[in-house]
Amino acid sequence: MIWQFDLIILALVVISAIAAITIKDLLSAGVILGAYSFLMCLLWTEMGAVDVAFTEASVGAGVSTVFMIAAVYKTTRRTKD
Amino acid sequence: MKAIGLITVFSLGMALFYATIDFPPWADPQSPASLHVSPHYIQETMKETDVSNVVTSVLADYRGFDTMFETSVIFTAGIAVILILRKYSKKEDEKFLPEVSEEAEPDIIIQTVTRIIVPFIQLFALYVIAHGHHSPGGGFQGGVILGASFILLAISFNLKAMLRRISERKDILLGGIGLLIYSGIGALCVLLGANFLNYKVLHLIIPEASQVEARSYGILGVEIGVAIAVMAIMIAIYANLSSDGKYDKGL
Repeated sequence: MIWQFDLIILALVVISAIAAITIKDLLSAGVILGAYSFLMCLLWTEMGAVDVAFTEASVGAGVSTVFMIAAVYKTTRRTKD
Repeated sequence: MKAIGLITVFSLGMALFYATIDFPPWADPQSPASLHVSPHYIQETMKETDVSNVVTSVLADYRGFDTMFETSVIFTAGIAVILILRKYSKKEDEKFLPEVSEEAEPDIIIQTVTRIIVPFIQLFALYVIAHGHHSPGGGFQGGVILGASFILLAISFNLKAMLRRISERKDILLGGIGLLIYSGIGALCVLLGANFLNYKVLHLIIPEASQVEARSYGILGVEIGVAIAVMAIMIAIYANLSSDGKYDKGL
């Protein structure tokens, strides 16, 4: 564990989480959520939980981003609130 | 309304933070988990299950019952998506019209790259499943990667191209078969006279396998079941989401 890496990745995780819930464009929110998952994956790897990181990379950053984009594509791109 | 929401979230968060005080300190060698449970798993895994990756042996052997129900959670989620979204009538639903309606031209570069890369993705997925005993990976990850290869096919061609390779009927059947493999191996252990999912007794039917090796083979068997179920459910969810339950062209 290198605390400088931890700090940078954690800051990026928080930034992307806030960005994902504040942004109005749902397609961008989905993509940012994918970035968030990938940063979480980096954080897991950094802490030594490689199996969890692998799952996060394949499920969180990979397939669920596709699901989000497919759902946005079939509904609406703008939020009401 | 927003204020009530904020207050609820804040107080709930405070309650959760307060609850963490009761946890043992981080990485405390005297905490109950580090005294009995973790040392046993870390030291005895190789002797008891012949699996060098502790995470895999805990997931599929020591805590095999948990993983079986995780798989059934995924299966149930897929069935729920199919029940809600799948439409069998040809009637157009005007409620949600997609904003982007124009057809994208099929791109020869994307299609060629997909055609080349999909076999390698699937080979890597099989490696992840089979090598979960000795390196990070296993049924869930391998199954998701296998499903992702089919989803890539559906994105870069269209949904019909994917359904020609794995039809809806075959896909849902595979989902059920995956779960059946897992619970079937558990039931087989009961039939051979041990507890549910106690792979030790499988040495009676696997030729030339000791009890320890039988546990390793049992883990491999349930990982394959998990992978098949996860792959099928991922494909089913994507097909329903992207075609609005109509299984036509897709995105």
